[in-house]
Amino acid sequence: MAKAAAKKTAAAASPSVERRPALAGRSTAATGAKVEVLPPADRISLRAPEASIAALSKALGVTLPKKPKTSATKAGRTALWLGPDEWLVIDEAGNDPLTDCAAVSALHSAVGISHRNIAIAVTGAGAAATINAGCPQDLSLDAFPVGAASRTILGKAEIVLLRNAPDAFRVECWRSFSDYVFTFLSEGSRDAAV
Amino acid sequence: MLLIRCPYCEEERPELEFRNAGEAHIARSANISGESDDDFEKFFFIRSNPKGIIYERWRHMHGCARFFNAVRDTVTDKFIMTYKAGEPKPSKLPGVAK
Amino acid sequence: MSGAFRIPSAGRLKQAKTARFSFDGQSYAGIEGDTLASALLANGVHLVGRSFKYHRPRGILSAGAEEPNALVEIKRDAARKTPNVRATVQELYDGLAAQSQNRWPSLSFDVGAVNDLASPLFSAGFYYKTFMWPKAAWKSLYEPKIRAAAGLGVSPDQPDPDHYSSRYAHCDVLVLGGGAAGIAAALAAAETGVRVILADEQAEFGGSLRFETGARIDGQDGFAWAQAAIARLQGMDNVRVLSRTTAFGYYAQNFVGLVERISDHLSAPGHDLPRERLWQVRAKRVVLASGAIERHMVFADNDRPGIMLAGAARTYLNHYGVAVGKNVGVYTANDSAYAAAIDLKKAGVNVAAIVDLRDHPTGPVIDEARALGIEVNFGRAVIRAGGKLRVSSMTVQPKNGGGERTIPVDAILMSAGWTPSVHLFSQSRGKVAFNDETKRFVPGTYAQDCASVGACNGTDGLSATIDEAYAAGEKAAKDADAKTAKGNKPKVDASESWSRGMLGAAPGAGPDTTVKAFVDFQNDVTAKDIRQAVHEGMRSIEHVKRFTTNGMATDQGKTSNMHGLAIAAETLGKPIPEVGLTTFRAPYTPVTFGAIVSHARGPLFDPTRKTAIHRWAEAQGAVFEDVGQWKRAWYFPKAGDDMHAAVDRECVAVRKTAGLFDASTLGKIEVVGPDAAKFMELLYTNPWEKLEPGRCRYGIMLREDGFIYDDGVVGRLAPDRFHVTTTTGGAPRVMNHMEDYLQTEFPHLNVWLTSITEQWAVIAVQGPKSRDIIAPLVEGIDMSDEALPHMSVREGKICGVPTRLFRMSFTGERGFEVNVPADYGQAVWEALWAEGQKHGAAAYGTEAMHVLRAEKGYIIVGQDTDGTVTPNDAGLDWAVGKKKADFVGIRGMARPDLVAKGRKQLVGLKTKDPKVVLEEGAQIVEDPKQAIPMKMIGHVTSSYWSENCGRSIALALVAGGRDRMGDTLYVPMPNGVIEVEVSGMVFFDETGGRLNG
Repeated sequence: MAKAAAKKTAAAASPSVERRPALAGRSTAATGAKVEVLPPADRISLRAPEASIAALSKALGVTLPKKPKTSATKAGRTALWLGPDEWLVIDEAGNDPLTDCAAVSALHSAVGISHRNIAIAVTGAGAAATINAGCPQDLSLDAFPVGAASRTILGKAEIVLLRNAPDAFRVECWRSFSDYVFTFLSEGSRDAAV
Repeated sequence: MLLIRCPYCEEERPELEFRNAGEAHIARSANISGESDDDFEKFFFIRSNPKGIIYERWRHMHGCARFFNAVRDTVTDKFIMTYKAGEPKPSKLPGVAK
Repeated sequence: MSGAFRIPSAGRLKQAKTARFSFDGQSYAGIEGDTLASALLANGVHLVGRSFKYHRPRGILSAGAEEPNALVEIKRDAARKTPNVRATVQELYDGLAAQSQNRWPSLSFDVGAVNDLASPLFSAGFYYKTFMWPKAAWKSLYEPKIRAAAGLGVSPDQPDPDHYSSRYAHCDVLVLGGGAAGIAAALAAAETGVRVILADEQAEFGGSLRFETGARIDGQDGFAWAQAAIARLQGMDNVRVLSRTTAFGYYAQNFVGLVERISDHLSAPGHDLPRERLWQVRAKRVVLASGAIERHMVFADNDRPGIMLAGAARTYLNHYGVAVGKNVGVYTANDSAYAAAIDLKKAGVNVAAIVDLRDHPTGPVIDEARALGIEVNFGRAVIRAGGKLRVSSMTVQPKNGGGERTIPVDAILMSAGWTPSVHLFSQSRGKVAFNDETKRFVPGTYAQDCASVGACNGTDGLSATIDEAYAAGEKAAKDADAKTAKGNKPKVDASESWSRGMLGAAPGAGPDTTVKAFVDFQNDVTAKDIRQAVHEGMRSIEHVKRFTTNGMATDQGKTSNMHGLAIAAETLGKPIPEVGLTTFRAPYTPVTFGAIVSHARGPLFDPTRKTAIHRWAEAQGAVFEDVGQWKRAWYFPKAGDDMHAAVDRECVAVRKTAGLFDASTLGKIEVVGPDAAKFMELLYTNPWEKLEPGRCRYGIMLREDGFIYDDGVVGRLAPDRFHVTTTTGGAPRVMNHMEDYLQTEFPHLNVWLTSITEQWAVIAVQGPKSRDIIAPLVEGIDMSDEALPHMSVREGKICGVPTRLFRMSFTGERGFEVNVPADYGQAVWEALWAEGQKHGAAAYGTEAMHVLRAEKGYIIVGQDTDGTVTPNDAGLDWAVGKKKADFVGIRGMARPDLVAKGRKQLVGLKTKDPKVVLEEGAQIVEDPKQAIPMKMIGHVTSSYWSENCGRSIALALVAGGRDRMGDTLYVPMPNGVIEVEVSGMVFFDETGGRLNG
């Protein structure tokens, strides 16, 4: 699929200019919850019909989950089920998943969104309470277990939520919403332990 | 805030994640440019406004992003059921007397 | 030390912990654990406020949330000033400063009390009848005066410095109310292991166990049992116990709003502690254990300070250790007031007499009262209270008439019975039913998965209450998914008896028209007012309510609704259920705006979206404008520039050399899949199948109705991949529109859409020198006109980072739009800026962008179109694929009205005086001399001063506009008529040669 596009954008660049991620390095810590902006990662929005899942899973090295609200992680790469034909693939090991998908001939759409999203980690005993300051989903471990992933709402912004551990979440949002989302989470963390 | 069962996410999710998208089961003609003015009027402008059962489209905008259909009671505001886009109108509704 | 009326042997407060406070500037001492009301009463202070309408002196009626009278202002500092705080709810803290309200110059001498003397004027419906004429005077004179004289507290005039929080929570069983019933239900549910939330509005759990000293549960005093049970619940992982938390609203599908007051009771709240926290709870099952509220007796002057509910007096004694008087009278129509008299008598307070309206009541409390030597009178009524700032006597008369007797008292305890609190049940859309035997409205038909237990369900007696509540808690847990039940039901060893009371006005409440027997204290509604409403023709209880304002104050008629209803029913001669109850509405008690707004203030009011290049523009001193949620650089003033000077300079620079523009906010959608071109054919008017990869096209999107919805340049990157741009404001809805058609009308197409708006920062470089600026930084793209003609796109690198380089123009000049991954946006911009400086390029903002495009007649969707403009109207017929069989809007466009003659068409306008700039939105007429209202034939959509053209330019929608070329039309304005000439839409470089210049 779209090899021409993928090949060029995926070629390893040696930029002569500086990369300036939004909110780089920002963090706050309150009793019970810490909110910190995570370093850049490689990401794609992957769309594919059922028939292509096996081929894409093989190429990506991680099995694309088919069950709603789940994710799969392998070797620094996580695939989050966002919809019945939609996954967010995040690679934190420096291997752009776009390159892997470019080699797959099975029907799919892979679009690079590494710069579109910003990731914020929310950790600590009050992590779920912090997110529940503005997210209406049930974040108990029964309803949203470790590995659960979902696109949802935080206040007035859309986020993608992934639970990494009982007390650790990854919150992804679009770049221009990151200031709002980070500020919201920081405010939400202030009384997370109360 | 209502809870709405998304037929794709297979669970009830908060209304804030959803957006209403108007009446359901109004198909766009495959030969739309050949439609008469009357037929186009019916297709585009005329909507039912029943007291009771209504078939609606919703989108799980801030969830799986899928459009789907819902049967709702305009008197109680309650969702009777939801089903995937493209599926036919359900012949039987759970808990609704004929 | 904490007040002369404190009885050391009574109550549960620890005498050691003193809290100093002030009321109306006077200093007092209370005890930690007091409410402001109990601390004032301990100091003998009953007079705490003036009433809403008549400015009558008022005291403390209750010991809880139902309080209608004791509303005060609490002031922490100039900004932290809260009006209308119920003194019966406000917990005392050291340093608390309270003020009375609605009085001038002082609480004991209030000029406004003249309203009380003039009260025949102020009867029900007074405002509706009196201030009708002249009409204009209502807004300018009457309303401001009335609002100044009436009313409750004064709003603070500074921003609220406190912090408010919110939390969504989910549970299996939500128990509302933490008295005996609520605790029993919570225990039953919690022991099964399901998730339980228990909330109560008081600081301490126990509900009526606070005063019911006769109750014993599991071998303990009732209140002690409650504390032990709460401690146990707090220790369970599956339970959240919320005190000081009011359930204010019960919404669909067991969604309940709670407000938790976190720091209002603290002397020095910590910085991170929110003042209040809003809980939005979704519960599988709800157990309502909201108790009952005591009603007052309706008799003449029943509002004098010192007259209060018997249960409240008992609470002040048994919980706070405060005697509400030294010589109290009791007026009752049920048993429960006897218990208050007995407790007070035992504590050493003289009980002057119990006046019981009932003829022959019997029971242990009556015997006990007599045994204690209290005078008990049956079949008698209190017909009047004496005293003004404090009750001094009660006048008693046999209820069927006879000799009067006045008994000196300094307090009157009254009880007409208890009203089940069905507020939340009613809010849940449940239907109440009237129990004719007990004269109570109780929960009838349920609309949601909830159960009512205890007093709010009309269940009398502690044993029955705990049985019912425990079973309901178990059932709720089971219904919500509990696996096992393993608890032990609390055992009631002793309890007190309850009896029914009376509704409506007691003898002594009128018919005398000068008598003020209050039904609704907060809104100053008397029994007479309600009768008058019926006499004046109000038949529905809803009308009676609105005419008299009974039950419409901030206390929502908690003590008054049933009395009001009974008086109306009696006057109408109808049974109570036929008259019916008014609707209970949220909130149960007033909720602060702070809690409702919670985090959504300041920077969190709404997301403010900034581009990757925002900081550069900020550093350059750019002025920003809001475009939706985005901040966009509007113009870049240099020292001394006003907006016009800056915009003129930017516009000239672009056409003379080049300009850099941050176009990152443009919506961008990547359309990928083998059917991508087919999909584009269906969503846009233009043909796409034959567009070669590497080329771009200006696309128009319609809605099904045939009107323009959006536009933008689309680049084909590969046979199966399009890079679509949308307007800034249209990006989300265009994406939704495309997804809608793809998912529901054209699901057979193999194509997917991904928003890439924020993946790419976009730098427009426009002007004759644009290529010279970009070329040195670009790798892997041939920048020659042959290889990269106008309207083409290439992928390559700029400054070593990937780029999608568009050759396109929204200015009419040779132009490029450089897309780079957003994190590189600012650095690439800086590199281009450095190159641009060598050529004299300028940065330009959205205003210059608007002017430049208008000079070329390029439209802006949403400015030059308004949702009723077709491609033909906009002169864009060339962009509609004539051979296409289908696209969204193809049929709508052919509707008779859309092809009729005389439609408004987009044209250019030139003012006869080139220096005059038209106002956008101004109306256009053919004949300025016609009579008003003139026939308007169109309006100005865009208008600017064009420095490049040396004159003003404008675009307008004009009926039959394209047939009017060269015609003179008129724009009537307040300062005179402006003459304009209809022209083409292109004002600059009509041949378009500069695109390659």
